[in-house]
Amino acid sequence: MKVSYFPGCTLRTKAKDLDKYARDSALALGVTMEEPDNWQCCGGVFTTSRDEIATKLSSVRALMDAKSKDQILVTVCSACHNVIKQTNHAMQTDEEFASRVNNYIAPENYNGEARVMHYLELLRDEIGFDKVKEKVVNSLSGKKIAAYYGCLLLRPNSVMKMDDPENPSIIEDLITALGGEAVVYPQRNECCGGYIALENPEAAKTRSNTVTASAANAGAEMIVTACPLCKYNLEKNGSEIPVVYFTELLAEALGVK
Amino acid sequence: MKKELEAIQSEVIRRSGVNPKKCMRCGKCSGTCPAYDQMEYHPHQFVYMVESGDIEPLLKSDSLYQCLTCFACVDRCPRGVEPAKLVEAVRLQVVRRQGNNHLKTDSIPALIDEDMPQQALVSALRKYSK
Repeated sequence: MKVSYFPGCTLRTKAKDLDKYARDSALALGVTMEEPDNWQCCGGVFTTSRDEIATKLSSVRALMDAKSKDQILVTVCSACHNVIKQTNHAMQTDEEFASRVNNYIAPENYNGEARVMHYLELLRDEIGFDKVKEKVVNSLSGKKIAAYYGCLLLRPNSVMKMDDPENPSIIEDLITALGGEAVVYPQRNECCGGYIALENPEAAKTRSNTVTASAANAGAEMIVTACPLCKYNLEKNGSEIPVVYFTELLAEALGVK
Repeated sequence: MKKELEAIQSEVIRRSGVNPKKCMRCGKCSGTCPAYDQMEYHPHQFVYMVESGDIEPLLKSDSLYQCLTCFACVDRCPRGVEPAKLVEAVRLQVVRRQGNNHLKTDSIPALIDEDMPQQALVSALRKYSK
């Protein structure tokens, strides 16, 4: 199976592990991830205003490329996923917005035909956690692992449609498939502070410490995330337990790390 | 001035796609907001201040830059008001004006360390500057 893959700015720089282990694991599971030519940064956050057009064009171009190849567009970074999925939804549902975007990309035309999936959804819905489980060579048996969703993977739920936004299970189900013990804790779907780390580092610290304390108090030995900025905030603000990318854990279990 | 504020009000409502009249004043948006303690005006206040046209204090408030765009208020509002979109629409009203960039590129080197991901920079620039 071949999919289109949008790595995003950070996976090429500060989060190379998130990228490498995603590709290696996908190959082990029979999936080739192909990058669109000349992709551009998604911008990190979705601008919700309907008259923000130019800020969404890089997402639209990546979507058009996937459409032209008849491939699913897969993202690994939570932020890219949020921006591209919300952009695609706006192209499908907001006629005025779509027409203004199409003015930029004429003579081509795009109206949200591509399918966008997060890598976790690819594992669950296309490959299947059962198949992932069959391929495990190094079971994570005995490891207590806390899934950290943060904000970008799940919300807004009406658009992301990935999982129950208040009681998600997709990362926990992956941890279980890899042989680990998933630890559920109250703060797993609350924000780490995100980009406020620049504007107000103290606010990011308070948020991050609340998350890591919540995971540690629930007995977790490790936190997994899909977001480079979550990892940065949790680690920078002194998490007592290691914070790792979910793809690293997957690669380890599949024996490709 | 009154006329100008009325124009801003209708522009903010149009741009955000939010209908503040749907709000039933339950306060759940502010109750769930992770930036609540940092805000002078909280998400529920954005909703009723935009609705009543009392927008001037919002334009001058630092609260515009404390929203994390985490969509907690969007998902948890029982009436589907989507307060975060109003906060953004008011913020754009400010940062789109010439000279009003809240984050200037010159100031970035002093705000970062070598581990900070690019994602943080592009997100902050997209939220705070034009």
